Amino acid sequence: MSKDPITARGDLRLTRITKSYGDFTAVDDLTLTIPKGSFFALLGPSGCGKTTTLRMVAGLEEPTVGSIHLGDTDITTTRPYQRPINTVFQNYALFPHLTIFENIAFGLRRRGIKDVKEQVDKVLNLVELPHLAERKPTQLSGGQQQRIALARAIVNRPALLLLDEPLGALDLKLRRQMQIELKWIQREVGLTFVHVTHDQEEAMTMADTIAVMNEGKIEQMGSPADLYDNPETAFVANFLGQSNLIKGKIDGNDGDNLVVDLYGQKISMPKKRSHAVDNSLYAGIRPEKFRISRLGTPVKGNTLTGGHIEDVSYIGVSTQYVVAMPWGQEVMVFEQNDDGVAPFDKGDEVNISWEPTFTFGLRGDEDIEAGTEVNPEELEEE
Amino acid sequence: MSFPKIRTPYLLLLPGFAFLFTFFILPIVNLAQTSTQTPVAGGDTGEYEQTLAFGNYIQAFVENKEQFGRSFMYASLATIFALAIAYPLAYAIAFKSGKFKNILLVLVVAPFFTSFLLRTVAWKQILGEEGFVVPGLRNLNIIGEQTTLTSTSIAVVAGMTYNPRTIEAAGDLYANGITAFRRVTVPLSMPGVVAGTLLTFIPAAGDYVNAAILGSPNTKMIGNVIESRYFKIVDYPTAAALSFTLMVAILILVTLYIRKAGTEELV
Repeated sequence: MSKDPITARGDLRLTRITKSYGDFTAVDDLTLTIPKGSFFALLGPSGCGKTTTLRMVAGLEEPTVGSIHLGDTDITTTRPYQRPINTVFQNYALFPHLTIFENIAFGLRRRGIKDVKEQVDKVLNLVELPHLAERKPTQLSGGQQQRIALARAIVNRPALLLLDEPLGALDLKLRRQMQIELKWIQREVGLTFVHVTHDQEEAMTMADTIAVMNEGKIEQMGSPADLYDNPETAFVANFLGQSNLIKGKIDGNDGDNLVVDLYGQKISMPKKRSHAVDNSLYAGIRPEKFRISRLGTPVKGNTLTGGHIEDVSYIGVSTQYVVAMPWGQEVMVFEQNDDGVAPFDKGDEVNISWEPTFTFGLRGDEDIEAGTEVNPEELEEE
Repeated sequence: MSFPKIRTPYLLLLPGFAFLFTFFILPIVNLAQTSTQTPVAGGDTGEYEQTLAFGNYIQAFVENKEQFGRSFMYASLATIFALAIAYPLAYAIAFKSGKFKNILLVLVVAPFFTSFLLRTVAWKQILGEEGFVVPGLRNLNIIGEQTTLTSTSIAVVAGMTYNPRTIEAAGDLYANGITAFRRVTVPLSMPGVVAGTLLTFIPAAGDYVNAAILGSPNTKMIGNVIESRYFKIVDYPTAAALSFTLMVAILILVTLYIRKAGTEELV
């Protein structure tokens, strides 16, 4: 190919990528298009293959099978330094022997750019740290190092900016602040950002599009709202927020709706929100979509009766209830504390109800625990 | 406890200072004193008196400047050879050895488990007429390179135990392999290189065992001269003056070196 990959621009396309290490398949037949200018997140637990995917895009690993294109240019085997792609590394990987100014200037100097000083100053202003230019990385706080790592990458105006758990080392408050700032900077510079994280809140706050990865494959891809509102698998339903998954059977049709039997009680849900392949299905309802009412109070929508309050946790803006259903399952309900109604007490006999359109349907053969277990390794990282 | 808190650090330093005072400061003072003595008129061999004869230094240096030169040349050569061999070794251990890293480090340290003299004698076997290497090479290999090599490797490896992501970052920022090595790997390994070369150079400059066992009169180093002045000729003042001159010369060289290749900017 005569075209120099370093000038390539356009959408990033991964085509049937597989990466194996001996018997272990880190990434399994992955196909993915990341549109130019988007803020894209690869979300998944540790070991799901998201970091390996990122490293293949950066050129630090080569796929065992498959190809990577940037626009029309095949960059599958292009060396990292020949790709118009820059990375914000997990622990920043700033050069400890260089000043902040020289750290940021590193990429510009390698490419023989003329107005280094001007460009470095500009990007230092963007990350609001112009006064630190002459310091060494070790003299900076974690949050400052994070911004310098970002500045060092975006100053090159790459076709693609990769962020590898960029906020993982920061404390919660700083992380929230940086999430908003990163989003703002991405809009400001108009680059394509690809963000790898195991933190669902971080992905949902920043990304336009999230690909949820599990065991080397993409489980589901879509906007944060799509994924949360209509998850297609139990893994996505549990990994993004919490879900109540109740086993049922499809009992018939009612126009655009399905009639579903949940332990003898009939509910309805939109046909197009069901991902079941046969009659068996799990009805999924997010905890905040449930409403609790006392027995005998008339309610709209789907209703399941015969529950009693098992546990009450008051947490200010909302109250979390655990409701034991007659078939032995405990469901989680979040009620906003906005209507002044006295909270229910432990032991109260109640009905739970919800809007039929909020229901999502999963295949009846799903493992409903998928995506719920907390990885001890990740707890340590926190 | 009645000690005020402030005294605790000094108390903890006390044993160390006591050791240094007894085994370093006192002998040095004694050495300085000896270096300006002259023989007692009509006295026995080895009987000297203090006359503040600073001329001893000039005389000692002029008489032995050839051996001085040789000491520094051999020490420099040994250091350069050691670095040339050790740097690639250390690089391989630090970045390419994977799970064998610790085993390889132990192997590098292993020669230290044998005594210094034994190692030198072993080298004589290897380099000697009955050894593996042609006898002609004997004079070229006057310094036991393996001694110096090991200390350099360890130091360089130690200096390289930093985040390998920084080298990936250099590649990510448009530096090809050679540029990344020159701009990132080498500067980051400088503390190890400085420490390793010093650990090689200083003992090598003062060495006399290698020259005595492996060398010939043509390869005599300043250490051999000092040794013979002390134990054979019983000329204490000259030996002391030579020791002092050697020490000061090393100090000046090392100071200049650290100034030039200094590592303070890394901290």
